[in-house]
Amino acid sequence: MAKKLNMKFILLCIVMLSLALTVSCAKKPPETTTASDQAEAADTMTTESETDTAQAGQDEDALTEEELEARRQAEAEAREAAADARDRFASEKVYFKFDDSSLTDSARDVLRDKVQWLRNHPDACVIIEGHCDERGTDEYNLALGSRRAESVKDFLTKAGIDGSRLTTISYGEERPAVTGHNEEAWAKNRRAEFRFCSSE
Amino acid sequence: MICACALVLVPGACPQAADYDYINIREPFSQKIPMAVPVFKTLSQGSTEKQVAQNAADMLEEVLTYTGYFKMIDRDAFLQDPGGQGIVTKEINFGNWTDIGAELLLTGGVRLESGVLQMEFRLFDPYRQEMILGKRYTGKPGGQRKMVLRFCGEMIKRLTGRQGLFDSRIAFVGTGDEGKSVYVCDFDGKNLTRVTNPQSIVVSPAWAPDNRYIAYTAYTHGNQRIYISDLQDGSVREFAAYEGINLTPAWHPGSSALAATLSFEGDEEIYLLTETGKIDKRLTESWGVDVSPAFSPDGKKMVFVSSRSGSPQLYVKDMRSGSVRRLTYEGTYNTQPDWSPAGGQVVYSGMKDGRIDIYVIDVDSGETERLTRKAGDNEAPSWSPDGSMIVFTSTRTGNSRIFVMTASGTDQRMLLDMPGKQQLPDWSPPKRE
Repeated sequence: MAKKLNMKFILLCIVMLSLALTVSCAKKPPETTTASDQAEAADTMTTESETDTAQAGQDEDALTEEELEARRQAEAEAREAAADARDRFASEKVYFKFDDSSLTDSARDVLRDKVQWLRNHPDACVIIEGHCDERGTDEYNLALGSRRAESVKDFLTKAGIDGSRLTTISYGEERPAVTGHNEEAWAKNRRAEFRFCSSE
Repeated sequence: MICACALVLVPGACPQAADYDYINIREPFSQKIPMAVPVFKTLSQGSTEKQVAQNAADMLEEVLTYTGYFKMIDRDAFLQDPGGQGIVTKEINFGNWTDIGAELLLTGGVRLESGVLQMEFRLFDPYRQEMILGKRYTGKPGGQRKMVLRFCGEMIKRLTGRQGLFDSRIAFVGTGDEGKSVYVCDFDGKNLTRVTNPQSIVVSPAWAPDNRYIAYTAYTHGNQRIYISDLQDGSVREFAAYEGINLTPAWHPGSSALAATLSFEGDEEIYLLTETGKIDKRLTESWGVDVSPAFSPDGKKMVFVSSRSGSPQLYVKDMRSGSVRRLTYEGTYNTQPDWSPAGGQVVYSGMKDGRIDIYVIDVDSGETERLTRKAGDNEAPSWSPDGSMIVFTSTRTGNSRIFVMTASGTDQRMLLDMPGKQQLPDWSPPKRE
């Protein structure tokens, strides 16, 4: 019985591995199994799949029932972590000084994190929004917002991110993050924001 | 519509250039001319004629006061019945008008018979006891505003030597419950109409030299593009949709080209575009923001805003030689230039101590004059086509609203009282077909 469980576990690992990595079963198994177990399991699986696929399918189902929850949980956690990172990427803003589009040290720190995330997610396409505070005039602020978004894009492309993944848009002073007519509000509104291309 | 033509009521003596003495062109608003406009005389017995006669005189007073040249003498101060008196030279007791200090007298008559409206206007100099200008207009009932405006145009032309502004219009961005739209109204705020559908962001409406089209920037399709609206048939076409920004369109006065700021090359530069939106050439070459072009009336120069010195300042580019010189040196934030129709000045908004005000700079001497002060933020100035007035926005009453003033900065007043906020007015330029 113990051997059967062990074998089932190995089987599952192999299935998962082959699913996840789409490579052959010869990949290195979890350290908890011995080399002979692995060989045996691999042999057994091969035999089973050749002789009695229905049986193997049943075994797999039974296996999955037991492990599915853990797997689901792990996946959910991973998904959550990924979503958190994605959210953080989208929510963390870059701030600017008045009538200035150059990147401050703290802006560069934030952008370095973003570079990391973008490297890990090579398929992600991002829209960089440039914003201004309410001071100044409308058209110049729309141009300044564009300048700010371009500054950010420039930093990211220089860090190796493909420019075709990055689009800029300026909203000038049209979409303040916070209301208010003081420096505290203005400082929060002079910013670059990030959103993903698919979501509007 | 005024169907029939204007008939000149030939004055006994017809002085020409001398008439310009009435308004000092150098300082036209320093001293307002006292003027009397009695209620128009009814020339037939139509039932609604009296109302038209009263309204026409009121409308004349309103429109002439608007120009900033005149001061209307209260009808209560008249030494004779304000209506029903003679309206032609030989019937007028000029002493009654000189006694109350009226330097100009405008009499009028209304005839409304069998579906035809006829209005007569006569402008007198009570001191010289002679008629300066006389006109008779014939048209359909309801056409009195057009007739009044046409006469005012003739009158201003006779008194100043310049074409008036009475057929001009003002475009601006208005924010309503459903979003922002381009609106158009007459020079005096009348006949307000919405030109574009409401949407999230609309900026920089700009009149074409023919006064038929308005170019503007909007985010109709999510990103910033320039559209052109045809006021005649109501259609809208996409003009420029380059990657990045497509901003501040400005029509070249002598051709069908437009200048605009684009950022598809990674930097905000001003380009000259053909009438179909193709790039003709790049007009600015500096890192940083270059925006808000405006051409001199002869089209030979372009003023624009650039941050090349570190803060937004005005620069002038010679279109032929390509040379660029800095125009403004005072202050650290000068934007929104508009070139005067006479060509010698540029009006713009400048920031000082955190407040934005309207300034005028002489292009050759660099001498500046501040036109607004201590009245909220004042932005987005635009000259009237005759150069006698300036439209702008002010937050002096709260939300940003459309204001007008004379070119000297006098007679500042709100043009339109409408809900929401109004921004970025553009006064229609001198009309070119």
